[in-house]
Amino acid sequence: MTKIIQSIGLVLFVLGLGFFISLPFLDSFKLTDEVLKSTLGNEQHYELLSEATKPMLDKTYTSSFSFSSDFITSFNHVNDALKAEEKWDQVIWDNPNDLTMRLAIASNQSFAKENKFLTFLLTFVVAIIGSLMYILPKVNDGPAGIRNNHIFHRALSNRGWLGIVLGTFLISFYILLYFTPQHITSWIFITDPISQALSGNTASQWFLYGLLYTIAVAVMGIRMIMKYRHSKYQIIRTLSVIFFQTAFAFILPEILVRLNQPYYDFKNMWPLDYDFFDAWHVDTLTSSGGIGIFMFAWGITLFVVGVPVFVYLFGKRWYCSWVCGCGGLAETLGDPYRQLSSKKLSSWKIERYLIHGVLVFSVIMTGGVLYTYFTGAGQVFGLETSNVRSTYGLMIGSIFSGVIGTGFYPLMGNRVWCRFGCPLAAYLGIVQRFKSRFRITTNGGQCISCGNCSTYCEMGIDVRWYAQRGQNIVRSSCVGCGVCSAVCPRGVLNLENSSEEGRLNEPLLIGNDSITLQK
Amino acid sequence: MKNVIIIGNGISGITAARHIRKLSDHNITVISSETDHFFSRTALMYIYMGHMKYENTKPYEDWFWEKNRIDLVRAYVNSVNSTQKTLQLSTGKELKYDVLILATGSKSNKFGWPGQDLKGVQGLYNFQDLESMEKYSPDTRHAVIVGGGLIGIEMAEMLLTRKIPVTFLVRESNFWNNVLPEQESKLISQHIREHHVDLRLSTEMREILSDSEGRARAVVTGDGEEIACQFVGLTAGVSPNIDFLNDSGIETKRGIMVDEYLATNVPDVYAIGDCAQFITPLPNRRPIEQVWYTGRMQGEVVANTVCGNKTIYKPGIWFNSAKFFDIEYQTYGHVWNQLKENEAEFYWEHPSGKKCMHFVFDSRDNTFLGINNFGIRLRHEVFDRWLKDKRDIYHVLENLREANFDPEFFDKHEEEIIRAFNQQHKGQSITLQKQKSLFAKIFS
Repeated sequence: MTKIIQSIGLVLFVLGLGFFISLPFLDSFKLTDEVLKSTLGNEQHYELLSEATKPMLDKTYTSSFSFSSDFITSFNHVNDALKAEEKWDQVIWDNPNDLTMRLAIASNQSFAKENKFLTFLLTFVVAIIGSLMYILPKVNDGPAGIRNNHIFHRALSNRGWLGIVLGTFLISFYILLYFTPQHITSWIFITDPISQALSGNTASQWFLYGLLYTIAVAVMGIRMIMKYRHSKYQIIRTLSVIFFQTAFAFILPEILVRLNQPYYDFKNMWPLDYDFFDAWHVDTLTSSGGIGIFMFAWGITLFVVGVPVFVYLFGKRWYCSWVCGCGGLAETLGDPYRQLSSKKLSSWKIERYLIHGVLVFSVIMTGGVLYTYFTGAGQVFGLETSNVRSTYGLMIGSIFSGVIGTGFYPLMGNRVWCRFGCPLAAYLGIVQRFKSRFRITTNGGQCISCGNCSTYCEMGIDVRWYAQRGQNIVRSSCVGCGVCSAVCPRGVLNLENSSEEGRLNEPLLIGNDSITLQK
Repeated sequence: MKNVIIIGNGISGITAARHIRKLSDHNITVISSETDHFFSRTALMYIYMGHMKYENTKPYEDWFWEKNRIDLVRAYVNSVNSTQKTLQLSTGKELKYDVLILATGSKSNKFGWPGQDLKGVQGLYNFQDLESMEKYSPDTRHAVIVGGGLIGIEMAEMLLTRKIPVTFLVRESNFWNNVLPEQESKLISQHIREHHVDLRLSTEMREILSDSEGRARAVVTGDGEEIACQFVGLTAGVSPNIDFLNDSGIETKRGIMVDEYLATNVPDVYAIGDCAQFITPLPNRRPIEQVWYTGRMQGEVVANTVCGNKTIYKPGIWFNSAKFFDIEYQTYGHVWNQLKENEAEFYWEHPSGKKCMHFVFDSRDNTFLGINNFGIRLRHEVFDRWLKDKRDIYHVLENLREANFDPEFFDKHEEEIIRAFNQQHKGQSITLQKQKSLFAKIFS
């Protein structure tokens, strides 16, 4: 019975996902004069573009690529001419890909466009139901306990063909989402009904992303809870990341928008939230009355006071594996890949250079942005602050955290971004390393060097190296997920907050009086 | 500077090598016929089950050995000439040593059962056993395991992950009851059955039957029942792996005879770990200690002696651990399978049947002697201290919270345990030390 339900679930998931993936291939577009006018919403732009796009009008495109290519050619044609004539005030400065996306949504003629909610049901909802039918019956698999059986035998979790396929899919998804959203318009507008119910607005690519992200955290969070149902620490922690993603990152900001307040995620924090100090953001918050001022003050308090105090008391886990959205995705969607992180000493070296490098970069970038904000000067030490800011956004914000950070889950483990790139993790880690009550305690001499702890450490910490010499694990990168403790077959590891005394202990394996008594 | 040769790259030999390097500049060579590098033998089961790859079981990266100038030789030692101080290797090479450390471990026991050398019949001790198990698993539809110890239950767990049904023949009336008291033994037996293992207690194996190709096809039990199977796990203990020492002049009985310095009868030859047998066993300890932890301790001790700091092997308070399917086991001090004279006990079991604690104390002065605990993690350091300080059972129970090592948010049972103790011991009313307040927990 269990098997049948699971098989049906798997079929439904594949059907839902398959239909979802096929949507962009079923698109057709027809641009009309009316659509062009209403979508551009700018009389001047319309006049400029309507001439150039005339050949496109009323023509049926069956691919977003030809549609996009034709429009962007026309767009560039218009802009190039204006630039050649140095009519800078007339040049259309909009991002051509975003503009194309909006036009593609408006001129989409597909079945999905006419039946948004039905398509949403047949893709999202069918895939969610299928996943749950696959996950929930695992409760009948037998007694609760650590079941990492066949993880290294499976193509999905051991960098086999399925892992490579999934990695390719995720990487492609992020590239499409960040750089060319005009190709995934049907994915975007089928979430309109949900977006409209929450904020009253139609969906953007960011709404689609937020919704997918939240669903992934919730569904795979349920899987995490099923897998670790014998561990209350894992259950409560997973409920926490599901809650913060759903309520704080997804629903609350949309409701704020509906109430005409600034879009704000109360749990996000500079420097992970790298546009917090952007002029537009600061202006938005400070011009939105009391609540905006509160948001601005809250955001600063979080990293100035919240980080040191909470990391001192609980370690960086209070954020990284209990609250953070990136951490939330890594702990749920990414859990099946935690064993793929490299434990080599050489990886640790690279990690330290990279993550602290990004932290320095983010501080310089933000410093420049604020300098420009307060002084109005665009340059510091010959550097164009806006260039530094846009380079950071592209290289770190989009490529590192998104394309690599999540796209490489099935190839390099689920914490690539958190381990090698996140500037906030670097900052939390410095506090954790030098001033915190948190450590992973090793239990006397009980370690048998089996290696489960190191294997399943998503941050690539060689936990065994400490455990087998009887030394507490105090590492800046530890996010406190607790899985090393869960998979330990001998009860050797425990996450603890306790007095700082003895935290950084000398290695000591209890049990051998021959040596210790002589000293 | 001496030439130190260590035979065996298990935990004992490798610990010795590492500590000799820490303490001296001697030339160190480690010889193994099993694998190129040290791996954790205790993790063999996890490789089979797909929890880890062989790579993951190596506690040190491969560059570690060269960096620490520990030479690794992959060969089998055919014989030892202790007068010439030479070793003859299977590769034809001869090596000369100044100091020889024997850390050759064990081999699986075979008690002369008919059919014990058939294909598909094996123990589980070394890497080659794992490879053999991999080889025979695909066409095994049913497996029989003989011998009720730690390796037997690991093998059962392994085979079940490949969906191979297991019949488990245990000679004793309850699982591992030559070590565990009846209560724990029953608890584990029940858990084994919960995992759908066909556990046959008080059942011996008479013989293994062969098919036409020399592969096991069935097992015949003591009472004549024939159980069809294609794989037979022999897990009735292990014994020292010392056959190659026959003409070496090194004294052996079941194991290599050593004194309290782990020295053999031949100067500059030592034996540690599973293969060593103490001429005078330590009080309450076996003459041959086949335990990971003691092997590690002996490695460190012998390293000190070899480096000029003559050190007696003096293990502290006994401890051990294991995991039976999902139930973790830890023990501190001594809990024998039967109470000894002047011993009293207190046993508590959780209604789930998956957690228990078994305390043993002196019936005359209530000195705490040892604990077995299942399904709950306890702090080694705290029990080590209590046992060394000869605390009484009341102190242990009253302060039990201090010893809890379970992860945060796990159910705590100290209060139930105290209540059970007070109920079982009329006239006693011990009280648990107060729990720290949340505030105190966060800020102390």
